[in-house]
Amino acid sequence: MEPEHAIDEAGGTTAQHAELSRVDTSVFDGVRERAAAILARYPQPRSALLPLLHLVQHVEGHVSRAGIAFCAEVLEITTAEVSAVATFYTMYKREPVGRHLVSVCTNTLCAALGGDDIYAAVRERLGGPDQPLGHEQTAADGSVTIEHAECLAACDLAPVLTVDYEFFDKQTVDSALEIIDALRRGEKPHPTRGAPLTDFRSVELLLAGFFDDPAVGGLEAVAGPSAAVESLRGARLAEERGWTAPPVPDEGAHT
Amino acid sequence: MTDPLTPVLTKHWLGPESWTLRHYTELGGYSALRTAFDTPPDDLVALVKDAGLRGRGGAGFPTGMKWSFIPQAKPGEEPTGPAAKPKYLVINADEGEPGTCKDTPLMMADPHSLIEGCIITAYAIRAHFCAIYVRGEIVHCIRRLHAAVREAYEAGHLGKDIHGTGFDLDIVVHAGAGAYICGEETALLDSLEGRRGQPRLKPPFPATAGLYAAPTVVNNVETIATVPSIVAGGKDWFRTMGRERSPGPKIYSLSGHVERPGQYEAPLGTTLRQLLELAGGMKDGIPLKFWTPGGSSTPLLTAEHLDVPLDFEGATEAGSMLGTTALMIFNETVSVPWAVMKWTEFYEHESCGKCTPCREGCYWMAGILRRMVDGEGTEADIDTLLDVCDNVLGRSFCALGDGAVSPITSGIKYFRDEFVALCGAQRRHPEVERIVELSGASA
Repeated sequence: MEPEHAIDEAGGTTAQHAELSRVDTSVFDGVRERAAAILARYPQPRSALLPLLHLVQHVEGHVSRAGIAFCAEVLEITTAEVSAVATFYTMYKREPVGRHLVSVCTNTLCAALGGDDIYAAVRERLGGPDQPLGHEQTAADGSVTIEHAECLAACDLAPVLTVDYEFFDKQTVDSALEIIDALRRGEKPHPTRGAPLTDFRSVELLLAGFFDDPAVGGLEAVAGPSAAVESLRGARLAEERGWTAPPVPDEGAHT
Repeated sequence: MTDPLTPVLTKHWLGPESWTLRHYTELGGYSALRTAFDTPPDDLVALVKDAGLRGRGGAGFPTGMKWSFIPQAKPGEEPTGPAAKPKYLVINADEGEPGTCKDTPLMMADPHSLIEGCIITAYAIRAHFCAIYVRGEIVHCIRRLHAAVREAYEAGHLGKDIHGTGFDLDIVVHAGAGAYICGEETALLDSLEGRRGQPRLKPPFPATAGLYAAPTVVNNVETIATVPSIVAGGKDWFRTMGRERSPGPKIYSLSGHVERPGQYEAPLGTTLRQLLELAGGMKDGIPLKFWTPGGSSTPLLTAEHLDVPLDFEGATEAGSMLGTTALMIFNETVSVPWAVMKWTEFYEHESCGKCTPCREGCYWMAGILRRMVDGEGTEADIDTLLDVCDNVLGRSFCALGDGAVSPITSGIKYFRDEFVALCGAQRRHPEVERIVELSGASA
């Protein structure tokens, strides 16, 4: 008789794999080809795990037990190995996310310029003054999940928030509440920088590497606005004043 | 003497549809690639070394030297050991250090400068696979990078036998999933291998055992995007900007209480006073109180340091570090202990949990600071904080722990009075109040 905890070829115990085979992963049948395409990008298959977990969130809006089993199945690793990764990264959500994910930067710089007030106002607007919505909680109508985010790399445009990871720059409490209200009405306000909004699950497809899929706006989305006044300030000022880097010599290289 | 601003990378950002191959090529893009392909790889490594390019991701390690550590097969000999393995190039595009916001606009506005830099670098170190590990939260950058990589394949700049040189290269754009620690190069490599992003013990260094335990160069976005300009302009041109040991232009990111925050590309060694002048001065004229030269992991500086040359040596001599040249600027209205608490909460959240000093230290430092900011601290807390810092600094597995203590120790160094003042305002804990009452003590 085989001992219960023998290690099998896939590196898991037989007991784990028996358990794994009991989880129904058929919800992912429609993306198996995509999963195979992700694996094909890398010299070694396990590198596909992060994009695969994004693909799981595209299908289910979070990483469920079935999602963990699906990744384990595709990569032939154990569910414990997948869980260890899925629980490490903040972008993988353990509970279903609403139609949109709103992330408010509350790191020091944004907070000093109003980010904390924006986050407090958004929490109240979505949960009511008595029960403000908490981090990674979803409004009762399923429209919006909120989170406080660490620095979003847009400090010159502070305070910022993102909706489905598209930037809304230089926010105020009022402008942020307008965005929230619009999202709840089913509207899609246009980000300051980025492509027209789709929804959280669609953007996860982009994160899995399928950037030009119609679900995330196709190739046209690439043209969404990018250059904020702030991003160009130095270059514009130099242009106005005629400042440049020293001219490149004619026979530049190898000197 | 160079001009106050020397846009090399940022000048590409001005054009309409600056992110397209067409625009980049019109500005002379991909011509450095042709030059590079006519140059022996070892000469390219020497060129970047002689140009004095230093890493723009925070540590400032000489880029050409990093490339030269990759073991290569000797001519006429059968390679053994690491030299026999495939080589990899990995781009650290996991921008997340608080205050840092230069790689994001770069990748959004001009992804092709990075792609061209990747091809030249991969050719120089003889890598045939390159991964751009980009922070997951910046989806518009991810979109633009994917589109740029596709355009580069279609133009024959990527793929098999590029422009008939016999050189092959594939680039994969790899989205992260929200973990600051993955900006640490070995944590990034673990993450790219599909694991938890936790740092590795060094040595071995990535140059000999990096991605898949093979020789790997990990470089920051701005560093690699700078490479084409060095190939096009040459080392002497590059050295006309900046200072002897910190040459070249650098994107300074000004944020916070300034009139015109934004990205200003200037020669290394520019001072905050000069940058503030360009950015219209302090917002509403309210005086400067404290600032960081390069993100929250670089010790705070004050108005005394306005004339510190912001290059790798200057920032270090002033008791800080150049970091990512992310200048977060705060005026007199901001409480230092509060700012330090917010940053410490960031490190508490982002500590990966692998080593005890950082995991436990960040937890306790954040807790003590919260208590102080809530007015319930004592002066002894300041000593406790410094003692905990002493047990984290230099004792953590990677630099995250060192970064975490920077705001605390520098904050107390320059603004101790503010921490003490919080203690003066302390309320006695209700439980203490109750015990005092019950015991009839008068203290």
